[in-house]
Amino acid sequence: MESNDKIKSLPERGPACEGNFYPEKHQSERPGMNQRIQRLRNLSVATKPTLSIERALHETAFYKENYGQHSIPMLRALNFLDHYQKKTLYLGDDELIVGERGPTPKAVPTFPELTCHSVDDFHVLNTRDQQRYTISQEDIEIYAKEVIPYWQGKTIRERIFNHVPREWQMAYDAGLFTEFMEQRAPGHTALDGQIYRQGMVDFKKQIAAEIAALDYLNDPEATDKAEELKAMDVSCDAVIVFAERHAELAENLAEQESDPQRIAELLKIAETCRWVPANAPRTFQEAIQMYWFVHLGTITELNGWDAMNPGHLDQHLAPFYAAEIAAGTLTREQAKELLCCFWIKVNNHPAPPKVGITARESGTYNDFTNINIGGITSDGKDGVSDVSYIMLEVIEELHILQPGSSVHISSKTPDRFLHAAAKVIRQGHGYPSIFNPDIYTVELMRQGKSLQDAREGGCSGCIEVGAFGKEAYILTGYLNVPKILEITLNNGIDPVSGKKVGIETGNPSDFESYAELYKAFHKQLNFIVDTKVRVSNYIDRMFAKYAPAPFLSVVIKDCISKGKDYYDAGPRYNTNYIQCTGLGTVTDSLATLKKHVFEDRSFTMEKILNAVAKDFEGEEFLRQTITNKTPFFGNDNDYADDIALQIYQDLLCAIDGKPNVKGETFHLNMLSTTCHIYFGKVMGATPNGRFAGKSISDGTSPSHGADTHGPSAVIRSLTKLDQTMSGGTLLNQRFLPSLLKRDEDIVKLGQLIRSYFTLGGHHIQFNIVDTATLYAAQENPEDYKDLLVRMAGYSDYFNDMNGDLQQEVIERTENEAF
Amino acid sequence: MKQPLIFDIKRYAINDGPGIRITIFFKGCPLSCIWCHNPESISTKPQKMVNQDKCIGCGECVKACPNHACTLTAEGIITDPKRCDLSGQCARVCPTLATEISGEYKSIPELLETIETERTLFDQSGGGVTFSGGEPLLFPEYLTEVLDLCGTRQIHRTIDTSGLATAEIVLEFARRTDLFLYDLKLIDSARHKEYTGVGNELILSNLIALAETGADIQIRIPLIKGVNSDPENLAATAAFVASLAGEKKSINLLPYHDIASHKYQKLGKNYAVDNLQEPDSLDLQQAIECFTAHDLLTIVGG
Repeated sequence: MESNDKIKSLPERGPACEGNFYPEKHQSERPGMNQRIQRLRNLSVATKPTLSIERALHETAFYKENYGQHSIPMLRALNFLDHYQKKTLYLGDDELIVGERGPTPKAVPTFPELTCHSVDDFHVLNTRDQQRYTISQEDIEIYAKEVIPYWQGKTIRERIFNHVPREWQMAYDAGLFTEFMEQRAPGHTALDGQIYRQGMVDFKKQIAAEIAALDYLNDPEATDKAEELKAMDVSCDAVIVFAERHAELAENLAEQESDPQRIAELLKIAETCRWVPANAPRTFQEAIQMYWFVHLGTITELNGWDAMNPGHLDQHLAPFYAAEIAAGTLTREQAKELLCCFWIKVNNHPAPPKVGITARESGTYNDFTNINIGGITSDGKDGVSDVSYIMLEVIEELHILQPGSSVHISSKTPDRFLHAAAKVIRQGHGYPSIFNPDIYTVELMRQGKSLQDAREGGCSGCIEVGAFGKEAYILTGYLNVPKILEITLNNGIDPVSGKKVGIETGNPSDFESYAELYKAFHKQLNFIVDTKVRVSNYIDRMFAKYAPAPFLSVVIKDCISKGKDYYDAGPRYNTNYIQCTGLGTVTDSLATLKKHVFEDRSFTMEKILNAVAKDFEGEEFLRQTITNKTPFFGNDNDYADDIALQIYQDLLCAIDGKPNVKGETFHLNMLSTTCHIYFGKVMGATPNGRFAGKSISDGTSPSHGADTHGPSAVIRSLTKLDQTMSGGTLLNQRFLPSLLKRDEDIVKLGQLIRSYFTLGGHHIQFNIVDTATLYAAQENPEDYKDLLVRMAGYSDYFNDMNGDLQQEVIERTENEAF
Repeated sequence: MKQPLIFDIKRYAINDGPGIRITIFFKGCPLSCIWCHNPESISTKPQKMVNQDKCIGCGECVKACPNHACTLTAEGIITDPKRCDLSGQCARVCPTLATEISGEYKSIPELLETIETERTLFDQSGGGVTFSGGEPLLFPEYLTEVLDLCGTRQIHRTIDTSGLATAEIVLEFARRTDLFLYDLKLIDSARHKEYTGVGNELILSNLIALAETGADIQIRIPLIKGVNSDPENLAATAAFVASLAGEKKSINLLPYHDIASHKYQKLGKNYAVDNLQEPDSLDLQQAIECFTAHDLLTIVGG
């Protein structure tokens, strides 16, 4: 028998949805289609993230001089223009797609207007083990002298924390929820195809027409609209200036260059930057460069959470590709090389780091650009093209952290594409994840989008859906649903801190039925959600008033025609999401109490709660009984699945349809990203046998190792939830590589995916376990009960095998490098 | 009706016939192959299986057993077979599932309901249900009814069989089965008897007769070095399969793995595997060549 301590010290299960922490060993020596791509990739992978203070210095100087002289939108736009006029440019050797947010690859700017890093923060970032961002002592000193004093008391973050009610602060500190917007701007944007048909010059004309048409006689908002529209116009100029500066730089470099091939490339870059983003792109290269300038503009203007997404990039690029292939001006190899350059560009841009030492809730460099591949077109046709297949090759060959990628498999998607994607999945890097457009189109339409806008939607970031190019769908933060049960079981007190963080819902030992227990949980849930929503609404208005994003507003539809900012209900659709985490953990915990306390009466409530309170120390018999003799979520067992369904429906009732400050509503999705790890750390043990501090279940996935009946049982459990009511669900499945050995297995994986989607699944992702995971499984078998072993006529599970045999499976896994 | 015990139901089975399948393992087999990797499948009776690695020594089973058959020792739980009546009280209280009773009765409607849960996967993949074991043909009445009900529901039916049953039974099942996975271990009957406990005359004649009905048959050969991987046996097997009536049968070579030792431990049995070896790639290559020389499509794995 293992000691508790030993079990608890084992490594966490790999982060959920992004599959983005590639162990170093997976990065083979020289991936990449040719030497250029290999060099660019190596540089991108080898360069460690650093902090650049340049943007903060420009901004601080600009604010010092200009604050009070302009409306806020104009101040923001002029500040953006000022930075783009001065900012250090980077144009590296080998590059075909150009532009960096910082002065060099992986140099990340800070955004002091939102949240100002302290000297201590920099020291932490400089030295911490994970997700380190280095900064020189000299820069820290300059920052301390020039930047920090000016922003003290003025940042959005300080304004928020000065305002929030005590109950919010208590719940937030306890880890009942997170708040995305306290350190970063509401981001989460994906584009539609507009920027491939319209350049900044065209946007400027549109803006001018709207300004000319303003009705100061009848429209009380005309003045505000004028300021916002003027700001949008300035921000268009900013990105044009930025591109032209790159054109000049490329021309200068060409003059100094001796290699005729590179000279031609540099001149082509110059020509491209002179044309886009001012004008609509004409070629494949211009189309990619167009997007990249827009991408950089939005992530330089503000640090929007979950960055920026190109949406259905393959669909956007397909017409350029087809035309140039037909004209003979582009080869397939050249197109692929340009896509590789673009992919590496995204990888050069780690997420901006958070302040404070609580960066533990977001331990990733990933800024969640997610390329949507395949899917359906806005007129309902299959969206797969040659470009889609090339993108799969790029993903397979490059193996880089960013951008994330997803394949979208509708009933119209050809099996050939599904199988090509499954072969990439077999590589075991987590990407791409798989989405079901047939379901998310319904999700989006239920939220009020038109059919066409819904079809052009997809997932950005992780699993959450939105109408690309037309919607602000703000992620407001994660909800720690198991923690809500934890405080319910302590009558409103957080057992970790001993502080009262919730409302009093009764002493659980007095509950005479499961219904009473559930009622208390439900009441607590509503209280916590309301507490969170109040502050999210407040923050939304803070951004609308003090940190508008005029450039982002240019490229999201209806902001120009409404004369309103992206943060101020400018987009056609405006959604706030709350991401609910830990459905498996909370379901299994409630199932445990229902069965063992109220039905079988095998243990009393006190007995279980005492065991939980001491982290099951000396209670192994109880803990084992619970983990092995309780129906858990994910096994196609209605006992547990019905509880999950009830929680899901009550989360919907609590969140879905709550008004936001833009005249629209909140919706929920079931996402965790890496937050299930943080949420687990702020929690004691839970009644389902989970130890204190261990991560809770991710998204809508079953608890770790709780699903013991294979993937078909999991998908049946998951589809008992009406997923169309959400804005996304998340299902991670772990597979041993041996389940995907033969091409026939790939076909069957495709059929499993199609089955899930036929039943109404939104998203599924396969983590093909590596040997490190198997060693962890050997050490801690109970977390890995889900690992299937499949052989002809043989029945077994990995965790039921003895050590020698597990060792053999591990060795086979190691040797069968795909 | 002779009711089978079912010792496992495997969902997402991808090696037991076409598509994605659900495999039902019947308990009981007329053969007792020394390499058997499901040793719990041989006896038709329930069996107690104890995984000593999982035992936390709580002693609950000792208390629960009405016959005082369990004793907790330093080596783990020991069960006195003379006292144990297999009532399963021990398994019911065991917190870690270290003790389990292998074999469970399922009514036909219950089994059908379980099979139906995989309907969407069947439809998407062209899969269905596979009856395996043990030997499903040991329970002809039960199996007939289940097969007929599956047929009515348009579920693809596969039987994974050793072929050891009366000719009448085999031919009766030919009418209600979509695919047979038919095991051939050794062609020489004496050696067959040595390794499996029975001669193979009936197995071979049943296969000839079954092929004549036009049934869809795939031949499964567990390839074990030192038992049946010799060129003589392979050549004889290939010639025999090639001579069967109807379309050429395909061959599934299932390379033997030493994967079942822990199951023997759980049953308190010895795994007499000293002379068994896993085939290497050369053995596999030779086997494939031998079968393809007879124009038989040969696949490694199920």
